[in-house]
Amino acid sequence: MIWASIITMALVTYFVRLAPFVLFGGSVQTPKWVEYAGKYLPPSVMGMLIVYSIKGVDFLALKASLPVALAMGLTGLLHLWKRNNLLSILGGTAIYMIMIQMIFN
Amino acid sequence: MKKTLKIAFPMTIPVMLGYISVGIPFGLLVIKSGLSIWVAIGMSVFVYAGAMQFVAIGLLLNPVGLVQVGLMTLFVNIRHLFYGLSFIELFKTFGPKKQYMIFALTDETYSLLCGLAIQNEISKESLFFAISLLNQIYWITGTIIGVFLGTLITFNTAGIDFALTALFIVIFIEQWLAFKTHIPALLGLAASAISLVLFGEGSLIIPSMALMLIGLLFLKPLIIKGEGADQ
Repeated sequence: MIWASIITMALVTYFVRLAPFVLFGGSVQTPKWVEYAGKYLPPSVMGMLIVYSIKGVDFLALKASLPVALAMGLTGLLHLWKRNNLLSILGGTAIYMIMIQMIFN
Repeated sequence: MKKTLKIAFPMTIPVMLGYISVGIPFGLLVIKSGLSIWVAIGMSVFVYAGAMQFVAIGLLLNPVGLVQVGLMTLFVNIRHLFYGLSFIELFKTFGPKKQYMIFALTDETYSLLCGLAIQNEISKESLFFAISLLNQIYWITGTIIGVFLGTLITFNTAGIDFALTALFIVIFIEQWLAFKTHIPALLGLAASAISLVLFGEGSLIIPSMALMLIGLLFLKPLIIKGEGADQ
């Protein structure tokens, strides 16, 4: 039963990822609206993923939300300053870990 | 091959940090839940969907019908329905690599590949393939570390999963700078913030995606005009 469930998850996950290629791929010319969505969805989805990745944070509890907000702001500033992905991510994560382990614990 | 890896590897380092730091708790959690090592590794090899694999632990512990498992998977991963849209044209020339590229189109791999497409860098098949494969290797590596060595980690890893949020912020900024119009980016933030408030964290994805699509549809004239695109 466990493996049947895992195989089901694997197939559904793959088919979800495959769907746009089957529906709009092949020799069919990609419709204009799909091109439009393909161009402008990525920045939207990235905004969504930011919210999605912090959805578990209780924003009414300052002790939880303040370090997240600060670390997010600092990550953004660090990136605008140096435009170095690794530095921004390492720096932002380190700042967050220090805050929740030493300051907001 | 060596040259491709030399270019691909530095690009994937942020995902490496994110995947290994999320893979470790995943592997740990599977073992702690009393499931086998092969369940953890099998999922990371064949399912390869971060959030879903955490949800899966609960589903495997309290077995439900396969239809329910399938529906849950569909809902958690439905955002991936959009990801392929950006690569329909590009992947056409990928030959046998195409199926793996589609299978491996996770949030983070999608982010990296989108960044490449936007920066107009050389979109070599081998570079894209190497990035996708490296990312899954990191995910599996994190899982294996979690399964075998997780308990030996002595430093306090609390908060290390912020690496994923940081990654999304970085890509978001890169996308922001690559577009003249910021309506789509703001729309994504607003749609999901509104959905989070209205529907809660459990059912955030479907309403935010619906709102995003509606927004993109209705704001199309503004977006096209803002970007100066000829469409």
